[in-house]
Amino acid sequence: MINPLTEHRGLDSFDIRYVALILAILGIGVLSIYSVTYGQRGVGTPYYLKQLIWIGVGAAAFLLMWASDYHHLARFAYPAYAVVLLMLVVVLFEGRTSKGAQRWIAMGPLSFQPSEFAKLVLVLVLAHYYSKAPRVGWLQRVIVPGLLVLPGLLLILKQPDLGSGLSFVAIYAAMLLMVGVRSQALGVILLFSIMLFPFAWEGVWGSLHDYQRQRIMAFVDQDYDPGGKGYHALQSRIAIGSGELLGKGLYGGTQSQLKFLPEGHTDFVFAVFAEEWGFMGVLVLLALFVGLIWLSLEIASKAKDQLGALLAAGIVAMLCFCVVVNIGMTAGMFPIVGIPLPLVSYGGSATIMTMAALGLLLNVKRKRLSLFY
Amino acid sequence: MATPHFPETEFGDLHRRLLILRVGLLLVVGLLGLRLWHLQIREGPYYRDLSENNRTRQVLLEPARGLIYDRHGVLLANNVPSFSLYVTLEDVKDRELLVKQLTDLLGLDSALVRKKLTAKGSKLLPRKIKDRMTLRDATLVESHRLDLPGVMIQVESQRNYPGGMTAAHILGYVGEVSSEQLEKPEFLDLHQGSVVGQYGVEKSYDRHMRGVAGQKNVEVDALGHEKRSMVVERPQAGNDLYLTIDARLQKVAEDLLGVEQGAIVALDPTNGDILAMASRPGFDPNVLSRELTAKQWVEIVQDEGRPLNNRASQGQYPPGSTFKIPMAVAALETKTMSPSSTVFCNGGYQFGKRLYHDWKAGGHGYVDLHNALVHSCDVYFYTVGQRMGIDVMAEFGKDFGLGKVTGVELPSERSGIMPSTAWKQKAKNEQWLPGETISAAIGQGYVTVTPLQMASLIGTVANNGLSYRPRLVQAVMDRMTGNLMEIPAVPRGKLSVKPETFRLIKEALADVVTKGTATRAKSSVVTIGGKTGTAQVAALRTGPEESIPKKFRDHAWFVAFAPVDSPKIAVAVIGEHMGHGGAAAAPLAKEVIEAYIKLAPQVPTVISERSGMEGTGRFSNDS
Repeated sequence: MINPLTEHRGLDSFDIRYVALILAILGIGVLSIYSVTYGQRGVGTPYYLKQLIWIGVGAAAFLLMWASDYHHLARFAYPAYAVVLLMLVVVLFEGRTSKGAQRWIAMGPLSFQPSEFAKLVLVLVLAHYYSKAPRVGWLQRVIVPGLLVLPGLLLILKQPDLGSGLSFVAIYAAMLLMVGVRSQALGVILLFSIMLFPFAWEGVWGSLHDYQRQRIMAFVDQDYDPGGKGYHALQSRIAIGSGELLGKGLYGGTQSQLKFLPEGHTDFVFAVFAEEWGFMGVLVLLALFVGLIWLSLEIASKAKDQLGALLAAGIVAMLCFCVVVNIGMTAGMFPIVGIPLPLVSYGGSATIMTMAALGLLLNVKRKRLSLFY
Repeated sequence: MATPHFPETEFGDLHRRLLILRVGLLLVVGLLGLRLWHLQIREGPYYRDLSENNRTRQVLLEPARGLIYDRHGVLLANNVPSFSLYVTLEDVKDRELLVKQLTDLLGLDSALVRKKLTAKGSKLLPRKIKDRMTLRDATLVESHRLDLPGVMIQVESQRNYPGGMTAAHILGYVGEVSSEQLEKPEFLDLHQGSVVGQYGVEKSYDRHMRGVAGQKNVEVDALGHEKRSMVVERPQAGNDLYLTIDARLQKVAEDLLGVEQGAIVALDPTNGDILAMASRPGFDPNVLSRELTAKQWVEIVQDEGRPLNNRASQGQYPPGSTFKIPMAVAALETKTMSPSSTVFCNGGYQFGKRLYHDWKAGGHGYVDLHNALVHSCDVYFYTVGQRMGIDVMAEFGKDFGLGKVTGVELPSERSGIMPSTAWKQKAKNEQWLPGETISAAIGQGYVTVTPLQMASLIGTVANNGLSYRPRLVQAVMDRMTGNLMEIPAVPRGKLSVKPETFRLIKEALADVVTKGTATRAKSSVVTIGGKTGTAQVAALRTGPEESIPKKFRDHAWFVAFAPVDSPKIAVAVIGEHMGHGGAAAAPLAKEVIEAYIKLAPQVPTVISERSGMEGTGRFSNDS
């Protein structure tokens, strides 16, 4: 039933500032991908064109989510999680291996990364779980949802995909913090320990023998730092630092143009951007992210019900975590884990998932404004 | 509408917690911003430098070495392009793989490649692995460039001597600067792999011809492949040399020696210009300027003929009877003899218990100075030597430049020996024996000379005592400015000898050729004056010359000048183990003199041409 009034109010929810921020960040992403792959005469479709296609698909997902109803979606949270877990199992056996990790499921010429979608589904699952009934006591508040998180987490770590695994833990911790645990400090500590995990990791890491590190590295994360000399981290720092105030200009990023910086279009796209646009560009990008997250938090705090608020908060937490950890690692604050910069890094699964998540956020706002649903 | 499961208070809590999230977000983003500010603003210049170093490799641009011309502008040494293979270790990921690839691709010696790759030196600077590659090999490497990270082909100039063995001892050869050389101050501007002169004027004039290396900054990608290059400093070409030699005369002299061992020096007595300086056996500087294998090098060094030895300036021989020229001057100047006083020669000279033979068994009868020179009477000069004593002989010998280096611009010139009582005391810590004076009087015993010294000596006589330092380089042309810097002749002063003495001696030397011991040097083209010499190699000689093994036969000397009236050329010839000077050496000198007389008037020298054009003396502008 289409109610003209509903539709009118619903259109109001299509916050033009929100959409503009998303488009601006996506634009920066496409530009940086275009620049880094500019000099490469690749075979087939160039990366920036492919990314535009993903953005197109993502826009459809965004609109679909925006037009849907998160209450209906929440009902499918558990089955959706089951499907995701199944896909994560499939990926372990049938997945396409790239750079030592099995993360992709091939579907004809395309392949997708179930772990990305697992993040969004996890937010949905946890929001659904907490809003269904007043979960009281340690068991219901912490342990049971923890057990929900665990199978997905283990399957992702097995791929191995340390970055997505950490995102999983971060989403869980953020949700705990939102619903509140007996001692709020626990949630805070948990969240911070996630943030600080890399530092702790470094500490433990430093005390290990080389061969031990190699064994652990071989299991945990194979595609980064094969020489163990911090090559990626250094090249990334050089790229960012050498951008100085105003940057080297489009195509001017020697670090990425001359391939000193690996993965310039994916996980290290921020370094490419920082090299070419300097500190000024970096400030603009950070401001765009802060603006987007700020508006998202606004939506979360004004959500009509518990489910909407938790959903929004979970999505924001996921977004925040990825942005902070990605920029932090490229800037040499954290060790390198494979987390893409949302909306900027090249990647179909991540882009579509992030845009769908943002569409869902906007849906939370739309449902608040609509009288009937 | 769904029923809120949480009490109102707890929903309010959510708002509070969202507020915490906001504050936390701002805090974390602030931290990120601070970190990025630190990286990009505070440490920005540092990282900028790092990124520049990351992508640039410094490549030295070798300067073109100066060219060498003869006195008429005939090219003697130039540079031709050649391909060299370089490897930058910084960009090589797998050294063993590279060794295998290079040996498979080019058939190089894997041990040699490995040795060069592991040798000490900067990882960032390309090191030379192979030079003088064929175009085919160079193309092969270029086409496999993507599989050979860190490998590059450079076009370089390779030293080339168009004349092959011609004038090899004068020109010398070039080679990579050695590690020992690099530690010396005069090679400070060089680096591993630089090419420097290692012999001949290539060595002595290296500073002029070397030039200044330039630098190119090459932008490379992470695999070491060249993307762009930018010349920071252009290399400065080295300066060109104009030698005093006449390439044609040089060729004549060398061909005259042929397969024999020996040397011919021809110079212009009026200014010391060396017109030809041949030494045989010779070598091909093209081969020596290449990288030799250890085996090739050993072969050259251990060659019995010692081809690398420049016999003209480094060969020390007893002068034999040619020494009678300074002896004659001394005899007249010290008034030991008057021109008319005679000595009776019966074929031997008794001194103490020993009889010193004359070369002519029956003797020469009564001889005066003139005839003593013309017929090379030994007994006459035994007598003169005995009367003068060794120290007076040494004084005159030294005045003529014996026993000391001439100062020609060649490395490792030898001085020969002009013995004296003081010399023997110092060198052997022994007393001079009177009998040794008698041997020395006919240029045997301790006396040794180089052919260059003898050419200079006869030139001094020809020029009536006015002598010049022998020189090989008459001008240096500055390639950057185009200025021709003439190197002036260096007078060594005039001997305080009466002109009459020279007149008498030159008259005698002319008669040596017309009716004396060197009639084989008689020319229909020009009047020649000269003196034969036969330097004894083995003390005991029995039977005719032909029956003696070659290596024990005497060295044949002939020193000459021409024309007798106004000398333009002075020549010294030594033929090792060629027997008698008059028979073996004199004809060679004649050929050289005749060749020069025929050639000389035809072409003016480069210098006189240039100076004439500009009308200035020392400096003239080439452009």
